[in-house]
Parts: sequence; structure tokens; C-alpha cells
Amino acid sequence: MNVSGAVAADRPHQRRRVRLGRLEPLVWIAPAACVVLFVFGYSMVELVRTALVYQGRWAGLANFRLTLSDSEFRTAVEHNARLLIAVPLLVASALVLAILLFEALRGWRFHRAAIFLPYVLPIPVIGVIFGQLLELNGLLNSALRSLGLGFLAVDWLGQPRWALWTMTGVIIWKELGFGVVLLLARLLSLPMETFEAARIDGARFFRLHRYVTVPQLGGVIAFYVVVEAITMVSWVFNYVYVMTNGQGGPGDATVVSELYIYQTAFQYQAPEVAASAAALLFGATLLLIILFFRVQRRTGVGIDD
Amino acid sequence: MTRALGRVVKHALLVAATAASLAPVYVMVSAALKTQPTFLAHPWGLPLHPTLNGFRSALADQFPRWFANSVILTSASVVATLTLAALAGWGFTRWDFRGRDTLLGVLVSLMVVPPVVLLVPLFVFGVKLGWISTFRLVILIYVGLMLPFSIYMLANFFRTIPRSLIEAAVCDGASSWSVFRRIVLPLSAAPLVTLAIVNLLWVWNELLIALVFLQDDSKKTLMVGITGFQSRYSLNVPVIMSGLTLATLPVVTLYVFGQRYFVRGLVSGAVKGE
Repeated sequence: MNVSGAVAADRPHQRRRVRLGRLEPLVWIAPAACVVLFVFGYSMVELVRTALVYQGRWAGLANFRLTLSDSEFRTAVEHNARLLIAVPLLVASALVLAILLFEALRGWRFHRAAIFLPYVLPIPVIGVIFGQLLELNGLLNSALRSLGLGFLAVDWLGQPRWALWTMTGVIIWKELGFGVVLLLARLLSLPMETFEAARIDGARFFRLHRYVTVPQLGGVIAFYVVVEAITMVSWVFNYVYVMTNGQGGPGDATVVSELYIYQTAFQYQAPEVAASAAALLFGATLLLIILFFRVQRRTGVGIDD
Repeated sequence: MTRALGRVVKHALLVAATAASLAPVYVMVSAALKTQPTFLAHPWGLPLHPTLNGFRSALADQFPRWFANSVILTSASVVATLTLAALAGWGFTRWDFRGRDTLLGVLVSLMVVPPVVLLVPLFVFGVKLGWISTFRLVILIYVGLMLPFSIYMLANFFRTIPRSLIEAAVCDGASSWSVFRRIVLPLSAAPLVTLAIVNLLWVWNELLIALVFLQDDSKKTLMVGITGFQSRYSLNVPVIMSGLTLATLPVVTLYVFGQRYFVRGLVSGAVKGE
């Protein structure tokens, strides 16, 4: 395939190294650059073009107007916004678990491996398992009933009122491990003296972590917040698709922007609308990442320190 | 007294988190070993009379084909990604050229582009060339999506290779290619393994692109296949769970044996060293 092609293509150039001069780095980068340019560059240009054209004719912003006035699109965006509630919950729980693992001497490796496991499991697998667990007569409700908590048993994924919150819970279950591992790695890389000094001064659990640990983790927490915010806005398709059979149901209770793009493009055959929705989604993620760099520059905490 | 109580609470929290993380996996594996009636009667119970019938039915279905498709796609795209990323990463590290930092910055920002954004144009492209339901287009897209992170990570590692080492070799008359082959690559085994594991897991678990670009039944990947499994075997949960268990097995194996590398890879974006 193109692997051997790329390697072989480089060989003859090396002997003519002197003549290549300033162009040499280009030769090394070119194969990867071609693929990236095709997948991202070509697609982005085509995307914008599709969004601005209707039936071969220049349409200006008409497609965008159409997309923005579609109530289904607005519902989808609102659902993405509601999913953002998962971010503070994730940060808080990841922080608590990372600190507990950091302090626990016995068996922390086992706990860490277990807590991280959901993050490596495929989302389709998780979606199908949780689909079974969360049915009206599924495993979760039967467990609740046998514990005498039957009043808590609801149709988790079947009721429009609960479906999106249930989805949020599943996403938190899966994404939590990433934060725990991230924060724990940072904690383990801090010099031990920081904690020792505070301990000798008599700082107890809450004071110690509130004033010593959390400030040290600032950069990593910011990184985790951005990654998860981007996830909630633009990477939740798999959960919704698998747990609702590709419908975003019940009704439109769990439609998110990615599913909207997928459906308008491939089920309703309206690529112009799908493209303008995709361009808007891209704009939203871009905004998030710019915001992140701004905050980083102002506070002076890099993700690297 | 409060100290002891605090310790109990902390430990209880950890145990609860571990139990919550493992419960769905336990349900999957235990249900796979039950019969449908036993599963309905005791969904949480241990499989006291384990049976492999679920696995047998799953394997009798198109399962092996999907599995093979996933293996082909995953290995081809990861090998291609590592090769291209290593070359480009070295190109970015070894030579200082104008616009290098800008290019790297653009690359970093590409990491956050959601794949769904690229879907429509790439699909139109695929239809024009008649490449829908072919592996080559999907491999190309996967490689493209994995390259930004892979190049960024390798370039960061290559920067830690002492310059004196490279210069000594150049003085001895080594060509750029042999410097890369004989010095850079052998020193980079660990980051390459890390990158391979992170990328393997990503491709294996990918759903959206596989769903859109591989519509032909004979080309479906495991993740697309098991998504459809759900409705087909809704009256035989053990078959579904057997399929899920088999689909998860490679991932968990990779995780158990490569945990160190994997954790290092995820953390490398955010924390220096471990």
C-alpha cells in the first residue's frame, strides 16, 4: 500500500541530500501532508462550498438561515448544551477519585485499572449493555425493586423526560476514567515535599486538597474541561445512535447536532442543510479551543507544566 | 475517631466507584454464559451452569467476517499512520524551516475537528469515485484523522533525542535516512508502541465512519455489526452478550498488557512525563 510507497520514495532523495537543501524537510512531511490535506483541507473547502450553494447555484447564507430556522436543529443544539452539565460533574468526581487513589496505599493499582476500564471499552458495546440494563424491566430496575426502591424504577431510556439525562449518566460513566487517570498522573508527578510541608503544618484532608492540591492541578483540569466540553458538543453520536437505534428517540428527546447532520445528509438527502449545520458545529468547537488558549495565556498555566 | 471514620468513607467511595465501573462488564460476561431463561430469572446471578451456546450462535452468524474486516482495517490504518507520522514527525524535528511552528499549530488544532464535519464532503467524493464500501477510502480517512495527534506526539518525543547523537552520526557521513533508521527509530520503540495502542483502540472502536462508508454487508465492521445484533437477537440476550464479549476481548487484552503504554499515551497530551 501507500506505506511501502512512501518509504521507497524517500530513499533515492537521501543520496542527493546536498542538492535538496532547504527542501529536505518537505520530502519527509509530504506523504503525511497529502493525506491530512485531503481529509481535512479538501473536506473543509468542499463543506463550505456545499453550504453556500443550492442546486448548483450560489445561495449565499440561505442554507444557514434554513438550518437555523429548523426547529429540529435548535432542539439538537439545545440537547448538546444540556449535555455540557456533565462537564462539571466529571471534573468534580474525577478530582475526588484521583485524590482518593493518590492517598490510598493498598490496592490503588487495581482500583485505577477498574475505574479506567470503561474508557477503553467500545461505545457501541457500552450502548448495547446499557440498553439492556436500563429497560423498563431491565437489570437496573429489577435490582432497584428487589432492594425495595421500586419507586425509583423509571423507563430510563423510554421516557422523553428522562432519556437525555440517562444518556448523560452513561457518558459520565464512560468518560470519568480518563479524568481520573489524567489527574492521578499529574498528582504522582508533583514533588512530595509540597504535601509533606502542608501536612506537617497540620492541614487536614479538605484544607490540604483545596489549597494545595487543586491549585497545582489547574492546567490539567483546564485541559480536561476543554476535552470534555468538545466531547459533549461534537463527539456523542455513538451513544445516541446505539442506544436509540439511530433515531434519537423517544420522539426527538435525544437528538444531538451530530445525529441531525447524519440524518439530514443520509436519510432526508439534504446535503446543503447538513453541510451548513456541520459548518456551524465546527465553528462551535473552534470557539471552544480558542477560548481554551485564551484562558491558558491569561492564567499562565500551560498544559505542559 | 474521625480519622478512622474518614478512612472508611474514603475506602467505601473507592469500592463503590470500582463496582460501578465493573458491573456492566460483569453483566455482559455473565449473561453471555447463561441461557435466555436463566438470564431472565436471575439477571444478576453468577452463571452456575455456564453454556457456550450464546458464543456458538454468535459465531455462526456473520460475526467472523465482521471480526476479520475490523482486523484488516485496524492493522492497515495503524501501520500506515505510524509510518507517515514517524517520517513527518522527524521532518518537523530535524529541520528548522520557516513556518514550522505555524504548521505544527495547525496540526494540533485539527485534533479537535469532529469527524461528522468531514462526513458529507468525503461521502460525495466517495460516490464520485465509486469508493463507497471499499476499505481504501475508509483507511485513508482513518489515517488522516489519526495523523495530527500521532505526528504531534512523535515530534514531541523526537525533540528529546540529544542533538549531539545526530550530529556525530552526520559527521561520520551518515545520510538523513540512515540517521532516521539506525538512531531515531530504535530510540523510539516506547512511544511507537504507545501510539500504536492508542490508535488501535480508536480504530477498533470507531462507529460513525464505518457506518457511513461501509454499507455493504460483506464489508461491515464489528462495531457496526453488533449495533444491528441488538435488534436481531432481542429475544436472545445471551447471543447479544456473547457477541459483545468477543468484540471487547481484543480491546481488553490490549488494555491489560499495554496499560502502562496506553496511560502514558493519553496523558502525554496533558502532562509531561509520568
